[in-house]
Amino acid sequence: MKLSWRKTPIAGIIFEPGSSAEYRTGDWRIEKKPIINQDKCIRCLICWIICPDVSINRLQKPYGKYEETIEVDYYHCKGCGICSAECPVKAIEMVEESRVVA
Amino acid sequence: MPGAYTGDEAAAYAAKQCRVDVVAAYPITPQTIIVERFSDYVADGEVDTKYLYAESEHSAMSACVGASLAGARVFTATASQGLALMHEVLYLASGLRCPIVMAVVNRALSAPINIHGDHSDMMGSRDCGWIQLYAENAQETYDLIVQAFKIAEEETVQLPVTVNLDGFTVSHATESMKVLSDEDVDKFLPPRKPIFKVDPETPITVGAMALPEYYYEVKRQQEEAIQKSKGVVKMVGDEYGKFTGRRYGFMETFGLEDADAAIMCLGSTCGTVRSVAKDLRAKGKKVGLIKLWTYRPFPTEEFLSTIKDLKALAVMDRAISFGAPYGALCSDVSSALQNTGMDIKVMNMIYGLGGRDTPPSTVREVFDEALRTAKTGRVKERIRFLDVRE
Repeated sequence: MKLSWRKTPIAGIIFEPGSSAEYRTGDWRIEKKPIINQDKCIRCLICWIICPDVSINRLQKPYGKYEETIEVDYYHCKGCGICSAECPVKAIEMVEESRVVA
Repeated sequence: MPGAYTGDEAAAYAAKQCRVDVVAAYPITPQTIIVERFSDYVADGEVDTKYLYAESEHSAMSACVGASLAGARVFTATASQGLALMHEVLYLASGLRCPIVMAVVNRALSAPINIHGDHSDMMGSRDCGWIQLYAENAQETYDLIVQAFKIAEEETVQLPVTVNLDGFTVSHATESMKVLSDEDVDKFLPPRKPIFKVDPETPITVGAMALPEYYYEVKRQQEEAIQKSKGVVKMVGDEYGKFTGRRYGFMETFGLEDADAAIMCLGSTCGTVRSVAKDLRAKGKKVGLIKLWTYRPFPTEEFLSTIKDLKALAVMDRAISFGAPYGALCSDVSSALQNTGMDIKVMNMIYGLGGRDTPPSTVREVFDEALRTAKTGRVKERIRFLDVRE
């Protein structure tokens, strides 16, 4: 629901802090999305540090010997592939969107 | 209270009495005395103002925008190249709805380099979204600056205002004039009440990107604000009149009740035109003057009702719009007349570039030409360049 010019906040100001999280940058992805192989992943957190869009989530979900699970936030991930390129154990594969069953 | 001030001194004194919180400025001829005088006030402890010595006009205006967004009452001043260097930030000030007041001491733009008066600087930035007022003399400079804060800070306006005064002719000439007492200015101009501000206690995002989905809406809203500010300009002008006996508004006219031909112009030349018009009227010539205080927002309806009985109007522009059919003011006049069915002959007179003197004899020439046009109904030349060596 887009606002009319009369209802648009003055000077385009955003009065609600943190609201940029609502912006779905995930639909900027055009080719591939990162898929994390939970068995290969060693929880080193390199992807979490280097992701330029803060789209790697650390979830308190135990998996095997690990206490947390590393997941991609696809609502914001733009599919740049940096996480996949930097992963030291090649646990992140960039997969054609069309071949991924959501 | 009577006193003797130059236009620049009058501007600094007005800003002082308006109790501005922040001045961020850079000196440039012929505005220098404004910031020089204001820094004297700061050094002597006469004002409670944060004075920022910026390294350029671009920085000065940027600092003004920041201070204004933080809720401060902000004043600055510039001229010519300084205004040109501020150009991109002027649009931020208006787009972010910062009620900054700026004295612009009109001076010719380079090249060739020149320090004297004309309106090419402000006309170069005329579409920057600021309310633009023009003063005829030091008295009006003072009066308009006091009013400018009240107009800018009005809840429905929230827009920056320039008060223009002609370089040297007004800025450096000493005049006897009346100033208000500090108490009276306080009565007329209460402290600013910002409708929003940047404050760590309640975070907001200012200056966020607006892509095709929202940019247009923000700009449409801004246009509404400047058009609606006409009511505020008038209200504040009336109120100032009640307060001081000097009424302001969109324009001042002389002899328009029965004039056949009139001159319209901005700034100090209006004084010369009025004096010549008085002489000519004493000789039975039906001439008049339209002096515009408020150039933006352009008071279209009021202007049209003012000129309805005129036959010929000579519009004097103190700047060239290179390659355009007319100068800026004359373009506005002819667009205002469009589709009204009024048959007023308009001619454009470019004058006074780079401080070229415009003596009474030149104004008499313009009136003669306008009277001739009023009689014959024919405009001899759409545009003339006065006092240039042919």
